[in-house]
Amino acid sequence: MESKEVKLLGFWVSPFSRRVEWALKVKGVGYEYIEEDIFNKSNLLLELNPVHKKVPVLVHDGKVIAESFILLEYVDETWKHHPLLPQDPHQRALARFWAKFCEEKVFETAWNALCSKGEEKQKALEQCKEAMEKMEEEVFKGKQILGSDGRSNLGYLDIAVGWISHWLPVFEEVGSMQILDPLQFPATAAWIDRFLNHPLIKDNLPPREKMLVYFHQRSQELSSTAQGWIKV
Amino acid sequence: MAEEVKLFGIRGSPFSHRIEIALKLKGVSYEYIEEDLQNKSPLLLKYNPVHKKIPVLLHNGKPIAESIVILEYIEETWKTNPILPADPYERAIARFWAKFLDDKCMLAAWNACWAKEKEREKAMEEASEGLKTLEGELKDKKFFGGDKVGMVDIVATFIAFWLTAVQEVVGADLLTPEKFPILFKWSEDLVGCPIIKENLPPRDLLTANFRARLESSK
Repeated sequence: MESKEVKLLGFWVSPFSRRVEWALKVKGVGYEYIEEDIFNKSNLLLELNPVHKKVPVLVHDGKVIAESFILLEYVDETWKHHPLLPQDPHQRALARFWAKFCEEKVFETAWNALCSKGEEKQKALEQCKEAMEKMEEEVFKGKQILGSDGRSNLGYLDIAVGWISHWLPVFEEVGSMQILDPLQFPATAAWIDRFLNHPLIKDNLPPREKMLVYFHQRSQELSSTAQGWIKV
Repeated sequence: MAEEVKLFGIRGSPFSHRIEIALKLKGVSYEYIEEDLQNKSPLLLKYNPVHKKIPVLLHNGKPIAESIVILEYIEETWKTNPILPADPYERAIARFWAKFLDDKCMLAAWNACWAKEKEREKAMEEASEGLKTLEGELKDKKFFGGDKVGMVDIVATFIAFWLTAVQEVVGADLLTPEKFPILFKWSEDLVGCPIIKENLPPRDLLTANFRARLESSK
């Protein structure tokens, strides 16, 4: 597969562009990675994604696609080996449902908790933990996740919720908060361990130290302004 | 074995409407169960314990929730009259616009109609931007799906029918033929399609609902 055919615009610390990279790696698709500075967006990005002006954006054979979950489906449909989504329509629906749930109820609340203080922070934290309880029962004890039924391949759901393994602990540290208590979430903790040690993921994570610095700065900036959040 | 398809919905909801259209387009028989949001049935709570919302599709005992997830399920299960293109790139584009509609457009349009005096201008501007973007995407196509109604059109029925009803009640002029001629024409064509027309809730049900809301917000 010629690497020039596929280009991915991303940002080093974005969990959204990273998940597309993981999918491309599962499929063994070579790609050219273009680092964007999301605080100083290139003309290329603005031209390729005029609607949202965000990463990730994939360019494949001149075709431009944006939105990370949509990109996961595109990658899965375009390169059919090592399927990410299961075959069965009901299982696929469950995967999509939980990916959406995780994004809206875990990521959003964790991010809110990170960037707020006092009562607002407490409320977001509670919402996040409540959502994680559902994730623990339905996703991490479920059948679609790495390690379930002896599964050793990464699937759509692993990739969609993968940010939990590496970004959420950083949010916790920067925000001085605890969400992922391994006693409360043993299945999650076990999955995190497997995920982080998976050969395709291990060397494909942004450096933790840099992330701590970055998110510390971001949370400071965002907690002192009322609006205008770029969610990374 | 007969297939058992049930849909839990609310008559005036654009979200359960989407599912009905998709099922009807594909000729799938289903039992419709009207829910009362003030008094949710035990079945709804059983089949959608996470969100406790409609629509929920039940197929041979298995529940699916979240309208776009349900639409994708319907598309994959019943292959007649596809609502998504076959080509992966075209599918990605359709999904992009469906998401744009759901995440940005609908909310912005709704907010603009109900915004308080001082927030109205900004909300209208944001909503107009969304409609302008949609108009740009439609270009010279009859429907977002091309010659036929597709998933994007189904999701966008909110704009074609619900928005026009809300506008009328609150006196907002968001979607007009002068401002968005292409989108306006599309909305008329969509609502004029037999399969859509026959399955829309009665307009006066919606306007009555919206009027009640307007009154209670005063």
